[in-house]
Amino acid sequence: MYRYDEYDRALVQARVEQFRDQVARRMSGELSEDEFLPLRLQNGLYLQRHAYMLRVAIPYGTLSTAQLRTLAQIAEVYDRGYGHFTTRQNIQFNWIELEQVPDILQLLADSQMHAIQTSGNCVRNITTEAFAGVADDELLDPRPLAEILRQWSTVNPEFLYLPRKFKIAISSSETDRAALRAHDIGLYLYRGEDGEMLLRVMAGGGLGRTPILNEAIREALPWRHLLTYVEAVLRVYNRHGRRDNKYKARIKILVKSLGVEAFAAEVEREWEQIRDSAGELTGEEYERVAEGFKAPNYLRLDALDPAYGAWLARDPGFARWTQTNTRPHKITGYASVLLSTKPTQGAAPGDVTAPQMRAVADLADRYGFGELRVTHEQNLVLPDIRKCDLYLLWQALGDIGLATPNVGLLTDVIACPGGDYCSLASTRSLPVAKAIQARFDNLDYQHDLGDLSLNISGCVNACGHHHIGNIGILGVDRKGEEYFQITIGGAQGKASAIGKVIGPSVRAEEVPDVIERLLATYLHYREDEETFIDTLERIGLAPFKEGAYDRNGIGREAGA
Amino acid sequence: MNNLIRIVDGEARVVERDPWQIRDDSDATVADYGILPLARWQALTDDAKTRAAVLLDPDDDPEVLVPWLDRIELIALAFPSFRDGRAYTQAVLLRSRLGFEGDLRAVGDVLRDQLAAMRHCGFSSFAVRDDRSAEDALKGLHNFDQIYARSVLSPEPLFRRRGAAGA
Repeated sequence: MYRYDEYDRALVQARVEQFRDQVARRMSGELSEDEFLPLRLQNGLYLQRHAYMLRVAIPYGTLSTAQLRTLAQIAEVYDRGYGHFTTRQNIQFNWIELEQVPDILQLLADSQMHAIQTSGNCVRNITTEAFAGVADDELLDPRPLAEILRQWSTVNPEFLYLPRKFKIAISSSETDRAALRAHDIGLYLYRGEDGEMLLRVMAGGGLGRTPILNEAIREALPWRHLLTYVEAVLRVYNRHGRRDNKYKARIKILVKSLGVEAFAAEVEREWEQIRDSAGELTGEEYERVAEGFKAPNYLRLDALDPAYGAWLARDPGFARWTQTNTRPHKITGYASVLLSTKPTQGAAPGDVTAPQMRAVADLADRYGFGELRVTHEQNLVLPDIRKCDLYLLWQALGDIGLATPNVGLLTDVIACPGGDYCSLASTRSLPVAKAIQARFDNLDYQHDLGDLSLNISGCVNACGHHHIGNIGILGVDRKGEEYFQITIGGAQGKASAIGKVIGPSVRAEEVPDVIERLLATYLHYREDEETFIDTLERIGLAPFKEGAYDRNGIGREAGA
Repeated sequence: MNNLIRIVDGEARVVERDPWQIRDDSDATVADYGILPLARWQALTDDAKTRAAVLLDPDDDPEVLVPWLDRIELIALAFPSFRDGRAYTQAVLLRSRLGFEGDLRAVGDVLRDQLAAMRHCGFSSFAVRDDRSAEDALKGLHNFDQIYARSVLSPEPLFRRRGAAGA
C-alpha cells in the first residue's frame, strides 16, 4: 500500500499540532463552539448524544495490520474497547474525550493515518471498492488515482468551505462495488481502444432526504486530466451551489436545477480554462504512487487444491461459508475472504472489538500479506488468502466471531449507529437491525432467499443508505414515536436504483413482520433462480404492497 | 481600516492606520480610500472608480471588473460568515485567471484559523473581525501550510515539485 514520504509525514504532523493548539484554545474559551465546530469537523470530530465521536479516515478502505493494531490500541485506551466501521470505509470511535483527541491524532500520524476531512463541508474520504487490485473482474487498479485524489483534496485551500459535504468514489470493475452512482462525483476508470486510461465522470448523486443517482457529465476523459476536471466541478459547485438551506446544498440539487447538460457545459467551460495547466497529472507522479500498490509476491499455485476440495466435501459449514464469504481472486489459487461484522446475535453491524482487531491483524500477517480492507457494507476483507489456507482461517475466524456466513444475505444488514449514538438521528436503528437479524437467523432460510441487501437509516440523512437497499428501512419520528418507512427495489452497482415506498410506516416491533411478509411474497412469486430484485421487476410493486400489509394472505401461508 | 494584517514582500504583519474604509453609507460621495459595494462603485465616474476600491459580495462575479483590474488598487472580498467559502474561489479567479495584482483583502468574518487558506488563494490582506486581535490572528499565518494541490501561492502542485526534488 501507499507509504508516506517526508512530505506526507510533515503535512499530517503539522495538522496534529494545529489541532492540538485549536483544542487548547477551545478549552480555554478563546475559540467559541461556533468557531471551533468546522475546525473539529474537518478533523473528524463530532459531538454526539453522549460524547465526542472521532471518525478516522481509512483511505479507500485499505489498512495495514500495523494500522489495525493502532486502531485496536485507540479503542482500548481511549474508547470502550471497540470501533465501528462505516459505509464510507472509515472507522468511528464513539466515546472520546475532547482533550485526548490530539494524542489520538498523534498515534494515528505515527501509523500514517489521520482523521482529516472525514466530516464537514469539504471533500471527504475518497472511496473505492474493497477488492481493488485483487478482484478477478477488475479492469484497472483504481487505487493509485484514489490516492492521488486523496492528496489533492487534502487541505485544498479553495474547497474547505463548500456548501455541503462532498463525496467522491472511483471504481474500475465489471461490477460496481463502490456505489458510484450515489456519489457527488463518481469516477469510472477504464481502458480506451488505444490502451489509455480513461474516466467517465458522473456528477450530482447523493442520498439524504432527496436521493438522486448521478449522471455522466463527461466520457473518455484521459486520466491526466483527473485533477483539473474535479477542480472544475468543485469550482462550479463552490460558486453556484446553494447555501441558504442545508437540505438543498448538495451538488445534486445544483445539477438538478440547472439540468445535467447545462451543468456539464458549465464545468466544461471552466475546465477549458485550466486543462493544460500545472494541475495536469504526470506519468512520473502516477508511477510514484502506483509503486505503493504493486502486487505482493504471490506464489504460483494450482487452480485446484486437493485439501481445500476435500474440506469442502467434508464440512458443509465450511462449504457454506466459502460460498458467501469468499470472492474470486485474479491470481490462481487465491481467494479474498470477507469477515462478516454482522453476527446475528451480539454486536451491532460494523462493530469490531479491540481483541478481534488484533486477532484479525495476526491472521492477515500469517495468511496474507499484512493488509486488509474495509467494505462499503461495513465488513472486513483479507484480500489475498491461499485456498489451501481457507479451512484453517475459517476456524480461526469462527473462534473470534467473525465467520458468520451471511455476507450479501439478508442479515448482512447495513445500519447507521442511529439514536443510540447519533444526535441527528430521529430513531434507533440498531434495535431494528438486531430484531431483523434475530428473526431471520435461520441460515437455510437466508441462503434460500439468496442475494438480498437490507439497509437501515435512523433518519433522513440516510447514512445507512436505505434508498439503495433492496429492502430499505428509514426511521421517522412521529410525534415522539419511532416509526419505520419501508422501501423496496433499491440497488447499488451498475443497475443502481432508488427504492420505492411500499405504504404507511410501521412501529419498530412490526418491522420484522412486514419484512417477513415481503419475503414470503417474493418466495411465492419467485421463478427459477430469480433474486428478490428480479421478481420485483417482473411482477411490480403491487403484490408486495398487498403482501406487506397482509392483505392477500400470502404472509400467513409462509409462516417462515 | 484597523485590526489589519497585510502581506508585504512576502511577510505578514499587522498594519496600523490603513487608509481604506468600507463606505456603505449612502451619502458617501467621496471615492478616495473608500471601499464601495459593487453597485455603488459601478455608479462612480471612471476617474473616481480608479481612486476607490470595490467590495464584492460572494455572489458577485469578479469578471465584471476585468476592464478595471490594472487600475484598481484594492479589491475586498466579503466573508459574511467564515463558513461561506465562495470568496476563496473569487480570489483564485481574480489572481490566476484575471491577473489582478493589487491588494486583495478579506473582510467580514475573518478569523485566525482560516488565514492560511486565504493566503493560499491569493489574499494579501486580512481585516480581522473587530472583536479579535490581529496580533493573535497573525499566528494563523505562521504555521506550516504545505499543501498537495496547486494554489495561487504555490502554482506548482506538490507532485511536480516532488518530481523535481527526486530527479
